[in-house]
Formats: sequence, structure tokens, C-alpha cells
Amino acid sequence: MRYSGFRVIKEALTGHKGWKPVWRDPTPQAEYDYIIVGGGGHGLATAYYLAKEFKQARIAVLEKGYLGGGNVGRNTTIIRSNYLLDGNEPFYEFSLKLWEGLEQDFNYNAMVSQRGIINLIHTDAQRDAFTRRANGMILHGADARMLSREDVRKMYPWLNFDNARFPIKGAIMQPRGGTVRHDAVAWGYARGADMRGVDLIQNCEVTGMRIENGRIKGVETSRGFIGAKKVGVAVAGSSSKVMAHAGMRLPIESHVLQAFVSEGLKPLIDGVMTFGAGHFYVSQSDKGGLVFGGDIDGYNSYAQRGNLPVIEDVAEGGMALMPAIGRVRLLRTWGGIMDMSMDGSPIIDKTHVDGLYFNGGWCYGGFKATPASGWCFAHLLAKDEPHKTATAYRFDRFLKGRMIDEKGQGATPNLH
Amino acid sequence: MIIHHPILGPRDAQEFVYLGDESLIDRPDGMSAGIEEFHDYAYNRTNPAGEHRELWYHEQGDRSWLVVTRNTVTHEITKVELARDVARAKGRTK
Repeated sequence: MRYSGFRVIKEALTGHKGWKPVWRDPTPQAEYDYIIVGGGGHGLATAYYLAKEFKQARIAVLEKGYLGGGNVGRNTTIIRSNYLLDGNEPFYEFSLKLWEGLEQDFNYNAMVSQRGIINLIHTDAQRDAFTRRANGMILHGADARMLSREDVRKMYPWLNFDNARFPIKGAIMQPRGGTVRHDAVAWGYARGADMRGVDLIQNCEVTGMRIENGRIKGVETSRGFIGAKKVGVAVAGSSSKVMAHAGMRLPIESHVLQAFVSEGLKPLIDGVMTFGAGHFYVSQSDKGGLVFGGDIDGYNSYAQRGNLPVIEDVAEGGMALMPAIGRVRLLRTWGGIMDMSMDGSPIIDKTHVDGLYFNGGWCYGGFKATPASGWCFAHLLAKDEPHKTATAYRFDRFLKGRMIDEKGQGATPNLH
Repeated sequence: MIIHHPILGPRDAQEFVYLGDESLIDRPDGMSAGIEEFHDYAYNRTNPAGEHRELWYHEQGDRSWLVVTRNTVTHEITKVELARDVARAKGRTK
């Protein structure tokens, strides 16, 4: 069923009896050409682009829980392409361009809202670094503007501009950045993939991999063995667990990142704002809640929940930046599991097993990457060579000294 | 999380800095190990869901390194040792 304004009116006049379930609930077939492990944003996007752009057939997505129940349903919904390094920026800009056409492409309202993102500046050195980054972004075809202190004051006069430790001196802005309704991204991709014949199989956990003579033959699952010519794994958060079935140890640690939403407020913040020095970033949802977050908890975790000290730290960051929110009540906090990689950048690559491909290591930046991640992974699966914007996301970059380390932190996953 | 320090007793985890997997103690011999072995040591992790032995540094305390056995699914801490003792038990001199 195609969604349109006309359809809404027609259904309204006929008692809404025409709406149908958005995707099927198929039983797994004995074999597929492609199995995508992981029914989150990246896995569903991969299946969608594999079917739509690369015209591949007989595709299944295996999801251990329900579609979109992992990090695509837990993030803070921000999209942007404000990276510095050559290995990253073309990829994220490709992703932002896909976001801009996404809703028309998959005929689903994902509420893509390019409300602009600003990163605050507190020192001359930071302004120099952000100016360099803005120039890098513009050279790669993205958009960036430098804002003065007065520019920021016009946007958000109630910020704490004269904080003793981190006075606000300006900002870098990407006007095309913004937010997207995160669940709708998973649903839109799932619906688009299902319409093109992809089997979306839920409650189907991969418990093993059948590998013969160095080649993948299929996966053992909680619903039996399913054969496949190619298997793509996109399970960020649980990557080490799944790839251990193929005997791999990854350059990844799993960490918990918490996110927060306040009670609903009147319009306060119309864009996205990051206060990196204070480990705090915030936007306001269309329902009025302040959606914000900070750093990861910092220790290995698969718990999908964090601890109180980080909540306190994030709240302090928020108060330092926006004293006006002091009486706002916190509505909910939750946690998601991040694939923290050794250089803070992702991996989209083949493995040592023929026919087994990997997509992960997204740290806490996976949501904005969803469209390009799906596209590039589908490209790799279909053509056996990386997409031109994802050539740097290789496993062997650590061995070859070609790390993509935006922050220059080295092999310390909890600091990226 | 409360870490039961072998010398100082129960301490808040906020006093500590986290480094990662205990296997970081087992640095290969720089004179004999190859690049692949060092790559595996520096970059690859087992990253288990469940029991995990990991290094914590008591930065805001006695500056000791600890090996904490903690469950990464429940955050339950079941054992805390001085990293020095763990390393010596493995044959290290310090």
C-alpha cells in the first residue's frame, strides 16, 4: 500500500478499514542468497538497498527480538555530517544526502527535520580546530558556518554565556543537520524491504555459524538452520558475541551509553546543540521533551542500563549550560549498548570467511549513519567491493596504521 | 558500583579509572613478538557478555591497579585483586 494524503482522506471516509499490517511475518525458508543478521536500522537499511538498488533477490533479515528494538529505538535521533577526516566525511555526507531524500524514497514519514546543529566554542584553540573542521566539511561538499558569540546569543539568549570555566565564544553550525523520528526509520526501511520481497524474521537469534572449508554455508538459529550464500552481520552492540561464532575477536568493546528525556516544555531549543566541553548535548522533541545525553559510562557492559554517577554528570553539564532547566523534571533515562571501536570509527568489511561480511563498530554515532551504512553494506554484499565512500572502514586499518581517529585518543575505546 | 578494594575496603567506582580487559597485562615481548601478535594485543578484545576480568586504576585513592571480576550483563562484581598479585602469579617480576 502506498501512503499519500489522498490515501489518508480515503481511509478517513471509509472508517479506516483499509489499513493493513505494514509487513508480513514469514516463516524462514531453508535457504537464502543473502542473510542479514540484525533487524535494526542498519540491517533493515541494508536489506532495503540490497533489494531496491542492487536488485538482489531471496533476502532475509534475522532479528533476535523485534524489529528496531535495539539502538535505532534508543538513540537521541540526531543526523549530521560534521566530521573532519577524509575517511569519514564523504561517508557521513553521503548519509546526510540520503536522509534528505529518504522519505520520498521509501514512502514513509520519518519526520526528517533539518533544524540545524551547533557545537559550542569556548576557547581560541577550539575555534581554530572547528574552523579547520568547517573547511574540511565544505571541501567535501557539506555545509558549515562559523557563528560568533552574538550569533549564538540571538539563537539562544538564555544560555550561560559567562560560565567561568567554559564561556561561550561562538559555535560551528551545520544548518543541514537535525533530527529524525528514529523508530520511523526502522519501520520505513522494514516496510520498504518487505514490499520488495525481503523476509523479515523476528524472534530468531543466531546461535552459530556453519562454516565449511573457509566458506559460510548458513547460520544456526533459535528457529533452526538457515542456509545462505552470503551472510552480513549488522548487530552493533552485540558484534563481538555474534562474530565469535566465526572465531573472530574484534577491535571492539561493548559499552553502555545513557540517554535522557525531560518532561514536555514549551518551545525552547529549535535545533540541536552540543556542549562538548561539558559532556552534554541536547535537542527538543516535537512533543516538547528535552532529549539529551553525555558520555558513555566507561566500562564494558551489555546491560542496556547505566549507573547514577553518569546521570549526575550529564545533569551537571546541562545545568552549567542552561541554568534555566534547573526545575525541569527528568522523565526517563535509558541505556543502549555501543560497539566502541579502537579508533572511534566503524568497520564495513569482508572477513576471513568467504561470504561472511561485517558491519559494526559504530560507537555512539550509528544513527546518523543508517542510510549510508545500509547502502554501503549492500554494495559490499552485492559487488564484493567497498562503496567509494566506505573504503577506509577496513578491519586491517589497525594492522596497517591507517586508523581513522577523529579525537586522536588511540586504542582506548572508552575515551572515543 | 562499589568496588571492594583488597586494602581499602568498599570504594565507589567513581574513584577509579577504567582501562579494559585484564589481558592488557600480558604484553608480548617486544624483542621477539611479531607485528601480528602486537596488533592482536593492542587492538583486539574478547569482549564477553558475562564474566569479565578487567583493569581499574584507583586514581583518587591509593593509585593501585586492580583486577576486577565483573559481570558485564548484570554489573555484579564478584572478585577484586591487586593487579600486582595477578601479574606476579603469572610469572611477571612486577
